[in-house]
Amino acid sequence: MNHYLPREAQIVARTEESPNTFSLHLQLTDAAPYSFAPGQFNMLYLYGSGEVPISIVSGSAEDGVLVHTIRALGRITKGLSALRVGDRIGLRGPYGRGWPMRAAEEHDLIIVTGGLGCAPAVSIIHHVLMHRERYGHLSILQGVKHTDDLIWREQYDAWAGLPDVEVLLAADVAEPGWRGHVGLVTALFDQLSLRAGQTVAMLCGPELMMRAAAQDLHERGLAADAIHLSMERNMQCAVGHCGHCQFGGHFVCRDGPVFAWPQVRELLGVRGF
Amino acid sequence: MDKPSIAVHKFSSCDGCQLAFLNAGEDLLKLAGLVDIRHFLEAGVADEYARVDIAFVEGSVSTTDELTRIQRVRGCSRYLVTLGACATAGGLQALRNLDGSNTAWKHAVYAQPGFIHTLDQAEPVSAHVKVDFELWGCPVNGRQVLAAVQQLLFGVAPLEQRDKVCMECKRQHATCVMVTEGRPCLGPVTRTGCGALCPRFGRDCYACFGPAENPNTAALSRRLEGLGLAPADVARRFLFINSHAPAFNEAGRQHYRQGFSDD
Amino acid sequence: MDDNGFLPRQALQTLLDVLRRQGYRTIGPVVQDSVVQYRDIDATDQLPSGWTDDQAPGRYRLTHVDSPRCFAWATGAQALKPHLFHAREVLWSARRDDTGRLAFSEQEPDVRRLAVIGARACDLAALNLQDRHFLHTINDPYYAAKRQGLFVVAVHCAYPADTCFCASTGDGPRAKQGFDLALSELDDGFIVEIGSERGRAIAAQLPLLATTGEQVREATDAITEAANRQFRQLPSTHLRDTLFSRLQHPRWDDVAARCLACGNCTSVCPTCFCHAEHDDVELGGTASRHLREWDSCFSEGHGHLHGFNVRPNTHHRYRQWMTHKLGSWHDQYGRSGCVGCGRCITWCPVGIDITEEANAICAGDLPQEGSP
Ligand SMILES: Cc1cc2nc3c(=O)[nH]c(=O)nc-3n(C[C@H](O)[C@H](O)[C@H](O)COP(=O)(O)OP(=O)(O)OC[C@H]3O[C@@H](n4cnc5c(N)ncnc54)[C@H](O)[C@@H]3O)c2cc1C
Ligand code: SF4
Ligand code: SF4
Ligand code: SF4
Ligand code: SF4
Ligand code: FES
Repeated sequence: MNHYLPREAQIVARTEESPNTFSLHLQLTDAAPYSFAPGQFNMLYLYGSGEVPISIVSGSAEDGVLVHTIRALGRITKGLSALRVGDRIGLRGPYGRGWPMRAAEEHDLIIVTGGLGCAPAVSIIHHVLMHRERYGHLSILQGVKHTDDLIWREQYDAWAGLPDVEVLLAADVAEPGWRGHVGLVTALFDQLSLRAGQTVAMLCGPELMMRAAAQDLHERGLAADAIHLSMERNMQCAVGHCGHCQFGGHFVCRDGPVFAWPQVRELLGVRGF
Repeated sequence: MDKPSIAVHKFSSCDGCQLAFLNAGEDLLKLAGLVDIRHFLEAGVADEYARVDIAFVEGSVSTTDELTRIQRVRGCSRYLVTLGACATAGGLQALRNLDGSNTAWKHAVYAQPGFIHTLDQAEPVSAHVKVDFELWGCPVNGRQVLAAVQQLLFGVAPLEQRDKVCMECKRQHATCVMVTEGRPCLGPVTRTGCGALCPRFGRDCYACFGPAENPNTAALSRRLEGLGLAPADVARRFLFINSHAPAFNEAGRQHYRQGFSDD
Repeated sequence: MDDNGFLPRQALQTLLDVLRRQGYRTIGPVVQDSVVQYRDIDATDQLPSGWTDDQAPGRYRLTHVDSPRCFAWATGAQALKPHLFHAREVLWSARRDDTGRLAFSEQEPDVRRLAVIGARACDLAALNLQDRHFLHTINDPYYAAKRQGLFVVAVHCAYPADTCFCASTGDGPRAKQGFDLALSELDDGFIVEIGSERGRAIAAQLPLLATTGEQVREATDAITEAANRQFRQLPSTHLRDTLFSRLQHPRWDDVAARCLACGNCTSVCPTCFCHAEHDDVELGGTASRHLREWDSCFSEGHGHLHGFNVRPNTHHRYRQWMTHKLGSWHDQYGRSGCVGCGRCITWCPVGIDITEEANAICAGDLPQEGSP
């Protein structure tokens, strides 16, 4: 099998999430089966220009639609942002190892995100809500630089209203009337009623935030291997060949992007790796 | 939908980069079918200030007249792309910036220097107006130009190539002339784009594509001296086609002072 | 037949002929552009007889001596890497029709059979590492096709260059694995060893004589002596842990001041596998080829994330190269990624020597606070 070859996918819907963030709802045009796990990603190919790794945010592929939420930043993502419903792109995947959703069953979950609307975390939430009975208490902690950076606000509000789900927000710089915390996302840990032995943490965001959060949660009693985090590196091939995503001895595309903290602790946040 | 429109403008330059377009042959015909060429004197089309989607500018800004023209060109184009070393970094003309002797030369060379409206400095286009994309080279590589055009037609930013010539030299399986012959190659500090043309023909790179990203000119200078180049010769290697590009200017001047101060 | 035999020098041509009759394209060392390179050959007079190499950090020179020997040099510009993992190759193509539909087509893998004559022990150790990288996890069809058609005639190394240190990495000078046939060159001919069933089938068609004890002794002595002549070596400590405990060593800054971040070392290194992918689109936009090409952790693009570079400067890039090559390669493939070929030393335009840098970084006691 040729793992490099994309399949054709068509944009069946498009939603705007913020001025520079949009979601493409994609459907493969061939009949071959496709399934994925939360935390995995696809390589999306903009015709004639190149490929980028993008997480799958939908909860499952059951309806045949794969949702990707993309920030228009550089060459390819800005190019993708110009596409409309009906346009076609290339897609190959899913790649990598996702969140340990099976091992986390029967546990409370803490999801910590930092930076801008962390797509890999959204897939966890969708998954948990689809299989609500399998998981305990769900805490969603989101930290951003500025409150303007919060995307999916309505979604977060809706999640906050669900039973046994708490949503805590923190912003370094807040807009007037902000009811969340001002400061680092890790400060929100004080507000949690942690059941250390029965909790799994899943982190996603800047590495220094993840490093601090993992350390903090560990000090609060979480086992090191109950803490998982999603890494990001340059990716060209997504199959462990091109070498760009190496993080020490790991190929983030294949051995990650989700790692248990002890796997990556040695180099996490070390400049240059 | 209307075809995108382009213009090709000439400033202080030798026309060699425009020739990269004209030499594209079949591809030029294809291009002519894809875009509406509004202004391109070398190809016999003239409408200098027509509004266009992409303006290519060849040549440095070296005269008072060019100062105003470049503003007008910018004003009537959506994307402005510089074409070659002169437009991107000042080119060979910028050599005159080195010792500030423009006026002295003017008086020495011309019978009536009053008619020569040159600026004291020959400067890259980006010193005067916003540039959206830079194509380096003396001359530019035709394939690279067309690839950039195609990406712009797609509405996508062209791929920037900032790696060192050495990378391409190795991909082309050229033999390193520095290692086998001790030639003073500038490939390790120069931007790729030429396809490692010179080393493939057994010549040392003379840096016509300008500085690569993260160029260690100090280490290369030491190596060039180790190969027997006098400081003035090291200076000449850097202060040539892209003497006004900051990385080369700085490296060159360090040796230029040493090399020429007692001349 | 025994597992070895003697091939008189004038019968070497038969080996080429037999291979070519079996449908192999034959490549071997030739002198081209002042360096030994693998090129297509069909006659033994194309081989570099009498040529020997003089290598030093940042320096490669060939000299001619009066000798019939064709393999009296150590290493050429490249190992086998360019023949299996091409410097640039098309992976697939996409076409877009008027309605915007996309069609993807796979590039047909190159299945031609290739026989290479003259591979060294270090080349084969590197080949083994590339096999593990490109085949043993997720199969790379382009590499796989070329690999399957590869026939290797190795030559045990009797002429190490000053830059060689395969004895220190344990990968040479005797070729121990990965060959179909292996030759030991003597003045009047070659001892031929059989390394595989395919090799045996080829050897059966050669006019081999019985080897004498004297010949075998001469060949063995030459290999032993080749090992003894090498003076460079890597530190003998557990490199992986030592390097990762010395990420703050001042030597990284020191080498970064000398290093051009030019990527010559990674390009000539026979085990480096990094590559980038690009599209090459036809003007007009109806078809696009998707290619891969050699890249390097010394390039900016290697560590590029939008708005952030993982390895912005040479300090980080050199450290990535060495900690990967000699360190995290152990995590990935259970051994160091260096086979001691010395190419990165010779072909570094400023002559940076990986053994010298590694020894400087690993020497002495651990710095007080090793962790960042
Ligand atoms: C596993 C994974 C999942 C991701 N999921 C999402 C997601 O769901 N939504 C989203 O908006 N972004 C996601 N990203 C980041 C996204 O891939 C980059 O923003 C994107 O590649 C930028 O490409 P560009 O061409 O627009 O930017 P440019 O800066 O022009 O980048 C040029 C090239 O470098 C590479 N590159 C640049 N930035 C990154 C990066 N951060 N990660 C990997 N490669 C990069 C790509 O090949 C890109 O084409 C993810 C990254 C990874 C590694
Ligand atoms: S010939 Fe020049 S460009 Fe090529 S590898 Fe040597 S130094 Fe680099
Ligand atoms: S690191 Fe240098 S010596 Fe070791 S295998 Fe690579 S090129 Fe050869
Ligand atoms: S990361 Fe660097 S050292 Fe490692 S394989 Fe890639 S180019 Fe070679
Ligand atoms: S070590 Fe030498 S070959 Fe490698 S990047 Fe630095 S200067 Fe170039
Ligand atoms: S993306 Fe190529 S090795 Fe991971």
